[in-house]
Amino acid sequence: MKTNIIIAGVGGQGILTISTILDMAAFNNNLYIKQSEVHGMSQRGGAVQSHVRISDKEVFSDLIPFGKADMIISVEPMELLRYLSYLKEDGWLITDAEPFVNIPNYPEMEDLFNKIKTYPNHLIINATEEAKKIGTSKAANVVMLGAASSLLPIDEAGLLKAITDLFNRKGERVVNINIEAFKKGQELASTVIK
Amino acid sequence: MRTLFLGNEALAQGAIDAGLSGVYAYPGTPSTEITEYIQKSKLAKELNIHSIWSVNEKTAMEAALGMSYAGKRTLTVMKHVGLNVAADVFMNMSISGVNGGLVVVVADDPSMHSSQNEQDSRFYGKFAMIPILEPSNQQEMYDLTRYAFDLSEELKLPVLLRTVTRLSHSRSFVNTQDRIAQNELKLPENTSRFALIPSYARGLYQNLLDIQPKIEAIAESSSNNTLTIGKDKSLGIIACGLGYNYLMENFEDKCPYSILKVTQYPLPRKKVKELFKTCDKILVLEEGYPLVEEMIGDYFGEDPKVIGRLSGHVNRTGELNPNIVAKSLGLKESTPKEIPAIVANRPPQLCVGCGHGDVFNALQTLIPEIGTKQVFADIGCYTLGVLPPHNIINTAIDMGASITMAKGAADAGVFPAIAIIGDSTFTHSGMTGLLDAVYEKSPITVIISDNSASAMTGAQDSAALGRLKDICLGIGVEPEHLKVIVPLSKNHEENVTLLRDEMNYKGVSVIIAQRACVQLPKERKDFIKKFNTLS
Repeated sequence: MKTNIIIAGVGGQGILTISTILDMAAFNNNLYIKQSEVHGMSQRGGAVQSHVRISDKEVFSDLIPFGKADMIISVEPMELLRYLSYLKEDGWLITDAEPFVNIPNYPEMEDLFNKIKTYPNHLIINATEEAKKIGTSKAANVVMLGAASSLLPIDEAGLLKAITDLFNRKGERVVNINIEAFKKGQELASTVIK
Repeated sequence: MRTLFLGNEALAQGAIDAGLSGVYAYPGTPSTEITEYIQKSKLAKELNIHSIWSVNEKTAMEAALGMSYAGKRTLTVMKHVGLNVAADVFMNMSISGVNGGLVVVVADDPSMHSSQNEQDSRFYGKFAMIPILEPSNQQEMYDLTRYAFDLSEELKLPVLLRTVTRLSHSRSFVNTQDRIAQNELKLPENTSRFALIPSYARGLYQNLLDIQPKIEAIAESSSNNTLTIGKDKSLGIIACGLGYNYLMENFEDKCPYSILKVTQYPLPRKKVKELFKTCDKILVLEEGYPLVEEMIGDYFGEDPKVIGRLSGHVNRTGELNPNIVAKSLGLKESTPKEIPAIVANRPPQLCVGCGHGDVFNALQTLIPEIGTKQVFADIGCYTLGVLPPHNIINTAIDMGASITMAKGAADAGVFPAIAIIGDSTFTHSGMTGLLDAVYEKSPITVIISDNSASAMTGAQDSAALGRLKDICLGIGVEPEHLKVIVPLSKNHEENVTLLRDEMNYKGVSVIIAQRACVQLPKERKDFIKKFNTLS
C-alpha cells in the first residue's frame, strides 16, 4: 500500500497544515511517511506544493514520480492544474473553487473549471465559503482534507485525532471549528467520491 | 524515540544529542531551519547551547573554530553560497585542524529554488581534503551528524556534512538515541598548529597530506559506503546521497545491478574498483555537479564506460528526481499529463504593504532622470525588484555586491550609480564596501532598505537593528548625506525629492529607508520602533 498525495496552493494559504495533519495521523498509525515541502522565497505569494507519501513499507524518494499521484488536493483552482504531470491515470483532482488572484494574467474562472471537468475524477467544492459559515475562512484547508479523506489510507478516527492534537494548543473552539470543517468536507464529497 | 522531523531538524537534533555546545550560522535557504530548531529547542536552552545568529558565514565559521579551539563540539551552518563567504577560514582550518569536534553543514540548492547558482559543496570538501558526509534520508541526517563529531575528533579535522534542498525540506520519522554530554573546556595541547605562519603551515599541510590515506581507509571500511553485488553485470551504479533514493524508488528491493551507495567521501577506492572490474558500464547518480563522474571517468572521452551527467545520460543541470533516474536506467515511463496552457506562472512577490515596494516606487519616479541601467541591487526580498511590476533593479550577484558594483561603475564614469541593499545584507557584507566608497569619496547613492529583519529566510533578527546610522557615521559617511526616510506612499513626494538631491551629490550618500517587515509580529514591530527614531 502506498498513497501519493500532492497538496497545492499559494505561499501563505496554509497547505502545510494539511500535510502536518497527514504526518501526525500516519505517525499514530505506524505508517511510513515522506513529506516534502517548499521553504524560502516561493513562500512569498508564489506557487507552493507539498508531496506527501504514506506507505506501509519504507518510502525512498521524497518526491512523487510523474504519473504516480493518487490525488492532488488544492486550496486554489489554478494551482490544482499546475501539478497535473504528477497525476495517475485515474487519479483524483480535488480543489477549492475560490481563486487566489495575485497575478494580472489569472485565467478566466470558467476556462479553469471547464478544464478541470475534462478529467473524470474531479471534485470542486466551495471550501472557503463553507469554512466562513463555520467560523473562519482559515479552516478551508481542513474542509479540503475532509473532502479527500475517503481516499486516504488513514481512517476518520485517525485523522480527527491528528486534527485535535494539532489545534489543541489553540483552544477548544479552534479544535471544534476544524472538526466541523473536516466533517463538512466529508459531506460535500460524499455524493461524488464513493 | 521515534519522532517526525524535517531533514534539517533531524540534523539539528543529532547535533544536540552529540554533545553540541554551540551553533554558528547566518540564515540561508535551504539551511535556515537547522539553527532555528536549536534556537527554539528547550533542551538546547537548558544546556546553554549557543545559537544566536552570526553576522555572516565567515564570522560564524571563525567563531565555531574558536569554540572548537576551546575543546567544545561546534556546528557551523550555511547555504552553499555562504561557504564562498567562509571559504577563507574553511580552507585554512583544514590545515590547522580542530580541537573539539567541528562539523560544517552546507545545504546545497540544486535547481536553484532559492539561489543564484547550484554549486556543489563536495568540491570544497575535496579541495580542503577533509571527510565529507552526504546523507540520503532523515535518519541519516540524524545518525551522520552524530558520527561527524566523532570523526572530526578522531582525525582532529573539520568534517563537511552536505545536504540538499529536497532532504533539508522533507519530513520523515527518525529514531533518536540518548544524548552524550558536552565536552569539558579544554584548550589545545599544542596551540602552534593554529598559528599558520609559513614555517608552521608547511609542516601542517604535509600532515594533512600524510593523513589522507587514513581518511580514505575510514571511508573504505565505513558502513556508510556499501557495495551490493547484483546478478546483472551489464551495469554498476554509484549512487551518491539522494541519488540512492531515486534509484531505489525505481527498483524497490529488486534492483538487478550492483550498487555502490556512497554516503562518505573520499570515494572508497577499493569498492569503486571492484564495481569497475565486475560491471560493463558504470552509471553515476549524484546530486549537483558531476564530481564522481569526472574523477573516475575518462578524460579523453575514448572509453565510454562511465556515464552520468557529463555523458548526457543524466541531465547536466538541476536536481535529480525519480523520472530522471528512470530515464538514465533506460526504464520505460508513461507520458505525464500535460499542464494546460491556461496555468499562468505565479512567481513570488513582495507582500502587500512591504516597504521595499515604496522604495521601488520612489525610484521608479526617478528612472526617467537616472536611466534604467544604473540601479545595482543585492540578495534579499528586494531582489524581486528585478521582475515586473517593478523592473527597477539590474544586478543581484552576491551578498554586498550592490555597493561595490555601484562604486566600480561610478569609477568608470556612471552617474548616478545607485545601490539598494537590505539591512541584514548590509551588515553581512556591505559595510566593508561602503568604506571603500567613503575612502575614495565615490559618487554613489546607497539605499539601505531597512526592514529590521532577514526577511527572505523567515524574518530572523538582524544584527543591524538600531545600529545602521552609527555604523555609517563610524565608517565615515558625511552626516549631511546620511538620511533616514520612512517608505510609505504618503511620503512618496518627499522621499523622491530627497533621493533626487542625494543622487546629485558627487560623493557617498546613504539613505536608510526604515520600516519593519510586514511579516513580523506586532510585538517585534513595537520593539523595533524604539530603535527606529528619525532623529
